[in-house]
Amino acid sequence: MAGADGDDSLYPIAVLIDELRNEDVQLRLNSIKKLSTIALALGVERTRTELLPFLTDTIYDEDEVLLALAEQLGNFTMLVGGPEYVHCLLPPLESLATVEETVVRDKAVESLRKISQEHSPVDLEVHFEPLVKRLASGDWFTSRTSACGLFSVCYPRVSSTVKAEIRQHFRTLCSDDTPMVRRAAASKLGEFAKVLELDYVKSDIISLFTALASDEQDSVRLLAVEACVSIATLLPQEDLESLVMPTLRQAAEDKSWRVRYMVADKFSELQKAVGPEITKNDLVPAFQNLLKDCEAEVRAAAANKVKEFCENLPEDNREQIIMTHILPCVKELVSDTNQHVKSALASVIMGLSTILGKDNTIEHLLPLFLAQLKDECPEVRLNIISNLDCVNEVIGIRQLSQSLLPAIVELAEDAKWRVRLAIIEYMPLLAGQLGVEFFDEKLNTLCMAWLIDHVYAIREAATCNLMKLVEKFGAEWAQNTIVPKVLGMANDPNYLHRMTTLFCINALSEACGQDITTKQMLPVVLKMSNDQVANVRFNVAKSLQKIGPVLDSNALQTEVKPVLEKLATDTDMDVKYFAQEAISVLVLA
Amino acid sequence: FMRVSTRKCPRPGGDMQWCFSQVKGAIDDDVAEADIISTVEFNHTGELLATGDKGGRVVIFQQEIENKNQPQFRSEYNVYSTFQSHEPEFDYLKSLEIEEKINKIRWLPQKNAAQFLLSTNDKTIKLWKISERDKRPEGYNLKEEDGRYKDPNTITGLRVPVLIPMDLMVEASPRRVFANAHTYHINSISVNSDDETYLSADDLRINLWNLEITDRSFNIVDIKPANMEELTEVITAAEFHPLQCNTFVYSSSKGTIRLCDMRASALCDKHSKLFEEPEDPSNRSFFSEIISSISDVKFSHNGRYMMTRDYLSVKIWDLNMENRPVETYQVHEYLRSKLCSLYENDCIFDKFECCWNGDDSVVMTGSYNNFFRMFDRGQRRDMTLEASRENSKPMQVLKPRKVCAGGKRKKDEISVDSLDFNKKILHTAWHPQDNIIAVATTNNLYIFQDKVN
Repeated sequence: MAGADGDDSLYPIAVLIDELRNEDVQLRLNSIKKLSTIALALGVERTRTELLPFLTDTIYDEDEVLLALAEQLGNFTMLVGGPEYVHCLLPPLESLATVEETVVRDKAVESLRKISQEHSPVDLEVHFEPLVKRLASGDWFTSRTSACGLFSVCYPRVSSTVKAEIRQHFRTLCSDDTPMVRRAAASKLGEFAKVLELDYVKSDIISLFTALASDEQDSVRLLAVEACVSIATLLPQEDLESLVMPTLRQAAEDKSWRVRYMVADKFSELQKAVGPEITKNDLVPAFQNLLKDCEAEVRAAAANKVKEFCENLPEDNREQIIMTHILPCVKELVSDTNQHVKSALASVIMGLSTILGKDNTIEHLLPLFLAQLKDECPEVRLNIISNLDCVNEVIGIRQLSQSLLPAIVELAEDAKWRVRLAIIEYMPLLAGQLGVEFFDEKLNTLCMAWLIDHVYAIREAATCNLMKLVEKFGAEWAQNTIVPKVLGMANDPNYLHRMTTLFCINALSEACGQDITTKQMLPVVLKMSNDQVANVRFNVAKSLQKIGPVLDSNALQTEVKPVLEKLATDTDMDVKYFAQEAISVLVLA
Repeated sequence: FMRVSTRKCPRPGGDMQWCFSQVKGAIDDDVAEADIISTVEFNHTGELLATGDKGGRVVIFQQEIENKNQPQFRSEYNVYSTFQSHEPEFDYLKSLEIEEKINKIRWLPQKNAAQFLLSTNDKTIKLWKISERDKRPEGYNLKEEDGRYKDPNTITGLRVPVLIPMDLMVEASPRRVFANAHTYHINSISVNSDDETYLSADDLRINLWNLEITDRSFNIVDIKPANMEELTEVITAAEFHPLQCNTFVYSSSKGTIRLCDMRASALCDKHSKLFEEPEDPSNRSFFSEIISSISDVKFSHNGRYMMTRDYLSVKIWDLNMENRPVETYQVHEYLRSKLCSLYENDCIFDKFECCWNGDDSVVMTGSYNNFFRMFDRGQRRDMTLEASRENSKPMQVLKPRKVCAGGKRKKDEISVDSLDFNKKILHTAWHPQDNIIAVATTNNLYIFQDKVN
């Protein structure tokens, strides 16, 4: 096919290159994703001298194209000729690091960090570090925010003079006019501290940390909380009290709820970073305050951490701390005015039983669980029910079952269908915990009632629930308790309920096995092929297709085939279609 | 983000005179509805000036580079970019038409070489990027520059496109659409000094958004009563403090302003300050509540004061004094006796906006008959000027106007009865540093500047 003077191996590459500037974003994106193919075809020299300059100026493109470009360039070192030439990738990444879209900038910074490792120490000082400086002193804050993420990768590999300059640049950005830049610096403070010599951590980082933690904007102060974790891990224990704790205490009592929220949210990390002694003396009272905070968002964040905090307490006096300091606050939260707080607590409170053991659980926690099971907010009740397994291990579920039942029944009949849906999803778990006897006696009726719920999503979930129950309790149990009721619905005057029978059969046939399916379910399905509602009839066809593989071949040939053949001549188009589909899938033609 | 001007603003009182600079828009008296200007806003440097109109368009003007040789002709504003920001829509669930009219425009602090602004109609806020492009790629492998395809068999080598200079092109592209968060009509948007959030206010609620997140906003104020029949008050305007990222204010139809501190709690239903002036019993009438409704609230650049506009006056409040304004300026007190007819022709519901000059020493607001008013706070002087085609010769000095409230009309005075209430100036803007103002009459934008001696 090759032309007289053309080279047809070039054609696909030519298309890719042309599509770099196609009007269709998808095609441009496609080309950018295959940039390595283009570079390979051009060779290292032309990649450096032609492709990269072109890409450097293509920053006008859509975000997704720029994002892909920023990512590609992080893996381009070999394609420009190896580490010796890696600095050629800096100009396009530098321009991508100044675009307004955060995801693109972050990706460009990520790629810059990656290729920084491929620079020789000399190249790092000659090419990379000047780029960091340019970004750090750029006119626009986008470039200065990007610089914040680059200090830590070049610092360890440059001379002490350059190190001093880098520290100075970082200091400057920490007090930038623009809050966006101060936030970027605050969020990289911990990472930068990690690569600094300990003396500089103590002299430089601590003062920056203190300054950022008392910034006038709370959006900056709250980021200092995260830095607190990394800085505390770096410092020797004896320095924590004087260098970190004043700031942490201040943050835990900040005037702005968002800062206190951040402290609550990072509490487990903080606890690990400062160690057991400070935890006992400082964090316990701080945690108590957060649990009693005036802002519900803060209380909810703290409530979420109750279990983790207690777990991580020093073992020697864990129980005593929980019983005297934490539990009283937890008790108050059970009757909090805000439902998010209660529901956050309900999602973790059961976990305390493993920590406190059987006796404490029965005496102190059980009344709380029972109170939460009666909470007016369904989410609280659901969260308790969904975590029953923790308590089951410690005290057995019998202690709870008396209160559990009314709670379950109420949720099962809640006016909001999403609540009903949530409780259905916990049914197999509950059945497992409570045992078959309790289930038959108390819960079976509920499970059957859901099958005739007026919301389809509930009927569908109920069907799926039955299947899981059968998997748990076995085919014999199904035959005695479930199948008769399901089949009984086939005669319901409401066609939606008749269809539910079919859906249940679809779900149950496999778990029930060939015998029950052939002898009990199949006759009902076949009989329904005469239903006057077409929707029922085509669902019969679908059901037959579904249960076909479970049936024996005799039943298939003698019973299923004639019915499907009849349905295939139905007056309704859909019935015909699904009957024919079933015939061909079951290979009955 | 405000950059503090180092230039000294000459005071407009004393000897300062305003002169005509430019007028934009059609000259015919026949006004197309879509051309009615609905908002005017300078960016943070004053280099760009944006207007929005009832047709959903945004027009951006750029100040030309100053001509050093002719200082008397200061730089003019010319069209930089025009784009359709909003289209008319229909809410099928509520059977409501959603107008495309731009209610507010707010510029973002500049973050890179491009410019960004938020524009909003009644329901949807959009973030626009306005950027320049002066290069275009050239060179294809498989086709000629004019689009004709080459014979693929003739390709003997690969060609990488190169970028070549071209005429400057300004592009406006929508970057984010913040929709579906307002049940009522959005009256205000305001960008926070933290550079990452902004608020949007409708009649009953205020939402807080992150500029990068469109699928979620936080409700920070909700004054909707459980029973809508108990509704007595609506939110009329809201604005963030220029320096404190946690502080914002909102004004109400009852003439009060509430200041909220977002540090105190996530939901700012409880205000931390309530600014309210006791009503003067001698002035009470059927119209008292209507005319006390606040149509605009603006913080001073330094963040110490705020200004509110109600139907007849402009008030300046010190944030540290809640019980009364520190200054009150009458905008058109002569209309007090005309309220009845202004009610009948609906003019009493007009929403006049107000603005500060660069150093907060002068405030400006609009009136009827294409008059607008300036109040010099230090010298306690006020001035009435007119935006009109008659005064539109280059550098023509604007003659102060005077309305005769009754009694004998002097020469050069205009009688209250001859004011044209269809010509109203609702939207004005003051350059953030210089004495350049933009005044929107119905469908024309006038730019005036101080006379340079």
